Amino acid sequence: MFLTLPLAGLLIRAPWSTLPERLTEPGILAALRLSLLTASLATVVCLILGVPLAWVLARLHFPGRRLVRALVTVPLVLPPVVGGVALLLVFGRRGLIGGWLDQTFGVSLPFTTAGVVVAEAFVAMPFLVIAVEGALRGSDARYEEAAATLGASRWTAFRRVTLPLIAPGVAAGAVLCWARALGEFGATITFAGNFPGRTQTMPLAVYLALEQDLDAAIVLSLVLLAVSVGILAALRDKWVAA
Amino acid sequence: MSLRARLSVRREGFGLDIALTAEPGEVVALLGPNGAGKTTTLRALAGLLRLDDGHITLDGVRLDPLAPEQRRIGVVFQDYLLFPHLSALDNVAFGPRCRHVPKAEARRTAQEWLTRVGLADHVRKKPRQLSGGQAQRVALARALATEPRMLLLDEPLAALDARTRLDTRAQLRGHLAAFPGATILVTHDPLDALMLADRLVIIEDGRVVQTGDAATITAQPRTDYVARLVGLNLYRGRAEGATVTLPDGFALVTAGDEQGEVFVAFPPSAVALFATRPDGSPRNSWPATVTTVSRHGDALRIELTGPLPVAADVTPAAAVHLGLEPGREVWATVKATEVRAYRA
Amino acid sequence: MRKVLTGLALVAVFATAACGGGSDDSANSAPAGGGAPGSAGPGASGQLVVLAAASLTESFDKIKEDFQAQNPNLQVTISYGGSSGLAQQITAGAPADVFAAASPATMQAVVDAGEAAGEPAVFVRNQLVIATAKGNPEGIRTLADLTKPDLKVALCAEQVPCGSAARKAIEAAGVDLEPVTLEQDVKAALSKVKLGEVDAALVYRTDARAASADIDGVEFPESAGAINDYPIVTLKSAPNPAAAAAFVAFVRSGPELKVLTDAGFQL
Repeated sequence: MFLTLPLAGLLIRAPWSTLPERLTEPGILAALRLSLLTASLATVVCLILGVPLAWVLARLHFPGRRLVRALVTVPLVLPPVVGGVALLLVFGRRGLIGGWLDQTFGVSLPFTTAGVVVAEAFVAMPFLVIAVEGALRGSDARYEEAAATLGASRWTAFRRVTLPLIAPGVAAGAVLCWARALGEFGATITFAGNFPGRTQTMPLAVYLALEQDLDAAIVLSLVLLAVSVGILAALRDKWVAA
Repeated sequence: MSLRARLSVRREGFGLDIALTAEPGEVVALLGPNGAGKTTTLRALAGLLRLDDGHITLDGVRLDPLAPEQRRIGVVFQDYLLFPHLSALDNVAFGPRCRHVPKAEARRTAQEWLTRVGLADHVRKKPRQLSGGQAQRVALARALATEPRMLLLDEPLAALDARTRLDTRAQLRGHLAAFPGATILVTHDPLDALMLADRLVIIEDGRVVQTGDAATITAQPRTDYVARLVGLNLYRGRAEGATVTLPDGFALVTAGDEQGEVFVAFPPSAVALFATRPDGSPRNSWPATVTTVSRHGDALRIELTGPLPVAADVTPAAAVHLGLEPGREVWATVKATEVRAYRA
Repeated sequence: MRKVLTGLALVAVFATAACGGGSDDSANSAPAGGGAPGSAGPGASGQLVVLAAASLTESFDKIKEDFQAQNPNLQVTISYGGSSGLAQQITAGAPADVFAAASPATMQAVVDAGEAAGEPAVFVRNQLVIATAKGNPEGIRTLADLTKPDLKVALCAEQVPCGSAARKAIEAAGVDLEPVTLEQDVKAALSKVKLGEVDAALVYRTDARAASADIDGVEFPESAGAINDYPIVTLKSAPNPAAAAAFVAFVRSGPELKVLTDAGFQL
């Protein structure tokens, strides 16, 4: 009830009569495409970096593990805008790594689509890591031992045994991660800026539309909602059925 | 492929320190109470647990520095640990696949092994569709399909019900006989040990307390655990000829003739109980108090306290006649001819 | 006057009751006041909520201090934010007494919604300057300088006042300026300059002055064509209309206008 009422509010308040012409406004499609693209790429980045990290956290005992685990959740606690500033301080033109990147390769992340992916991945990563680590903890590590006695290296055991076993957890984490990345606003606008077609994702478009035209903002939000709910529902059915 | 190992593992509140040998084709059963260190021994051999000290040598090759995947030791885990997402066939093919055998060939090998354990019709099934006995055989096939240099079985029959156990045990015996390498079998069931193993190694508190073939161990147990396992009353005392004096001063007359430290053993069925002090002259008789009464096969097992704590087996009729119940005071006797003494 | 007094007293009573406390004399000692320009009644009391554009932050904090000093029994709360967002809060029924916007357009939205009590009055103007890194290393003097290749420029998004003003100025200058980002407000654009992520941004002179420790503000001729008016108004549903009127008058009084011009605003 609490979760769906605001949604109902959006639906009731939506300017249904002018909806068709609003939907065909050129900016919407570009922002939507960019949102879906960057959220998906960010999810891929999170999977590549986050699953091994989750495995390390769940399976290895090393000093400072608690600290690392706490650090993983930092993006959850940190206001995304601050996260964006932090990213600028590292990957920005004058940042620790960004400065070197800029001077050595002429690569600069802020104000680029890649910057959007970085910002979204930063904010969404904890969702994936926490979900996958939970799945790993819930799975029986002895399967990996059994695989080892059969001659499987750690990587083979992980790939052929552990990963299939925790696939539902990874999928759930990826979905959460994707959803979070899709809705990401603060870190994105701070780190990647706002430029239509390049870094202006749906949430940024919604926010700026809100400055001028409430109806436009509602329409954009509805589009974002419809697309994301549609995709999530489709994925969910697929996984539950599998 | 003979095994020579000394395993030392130290844990908080627990230490394992045992020497273990096994010859090619030999089946060695590790027998001991819960927490004795049997599974720890197995895990150390398999490489799943780091040795704090000692060594493992198989056929002259040091294994202890190797990772588990490099040791080529087959393991059948207590709950089998079949990969739930793979079919029986792919579970068995997993080992060969890890050694880069082409997929088709690995599957053919797996098919052969599953046929050998009598599961040719179940190759496509997932582990959750298999019965306990079938799963056990898949686990055995999976371990053997890697052509291991040694086989480790952790309580291979413990998860099975009594009936399946009987069949599976007989089949397992056949497969172990066909296996050319050494087999180490962990169990807490003496029957499994007696049926499957050539040699028993009894472990208690992380130490080997007794080792030998089944006949020796059942005849001459050396610890309370083994004695209970084989169903004997066991004491330790000092012999002077036929008389053995226990530490608390109680003296037992035996059939033997020994000097010095000895074990004294007799079966519960040799103990007779009487309501009053028996006439005549059984050499060993003492007053005792019943503590517990329980079923033991067709008989009743009576545990008694007194100068000599003892277990006695009586018929239900005798128990009724004597009114045996906890707290009842009786006289216990055992004939000297039933009491064996052997060197400690 | 009588009417105002009664209203004031009533509001004060309600306010103290609502707060569940407060000293007794705050209700009783409500003397004449409110409306006299430059000297608000020293007895204005209760609570006063002001919604003000973010660019007014530094000046209004100072003005609030002064106003508070004259009205010790009044508790003034100022909520700063983007003008458009504040306007939406007001039309959505947020309980506030005074609204000070950074653009006539957003003020018009409030007037159109029938939330303004009376005509909004422009009290200051703000002009755009080019914010550059300290010392202006790129030697930027005019808007045309911003079109140099490899120069990264941040503007405000057109949906917010500083963005529409920038667009107007750029069009007036007839330059073809391609920004790397359209920031959601002037402070965000400014912080991109501070962080060195962009070489220049078009920001209000007031914001440039407040940040003068970190950046330079370069005046440019075309900015005259894009001056932003700041209107202020009391709100119709103000819980404390007397204090609201007093505050508006206070802001427009001589000494406080000095506070605003010191911050870089123009009259």
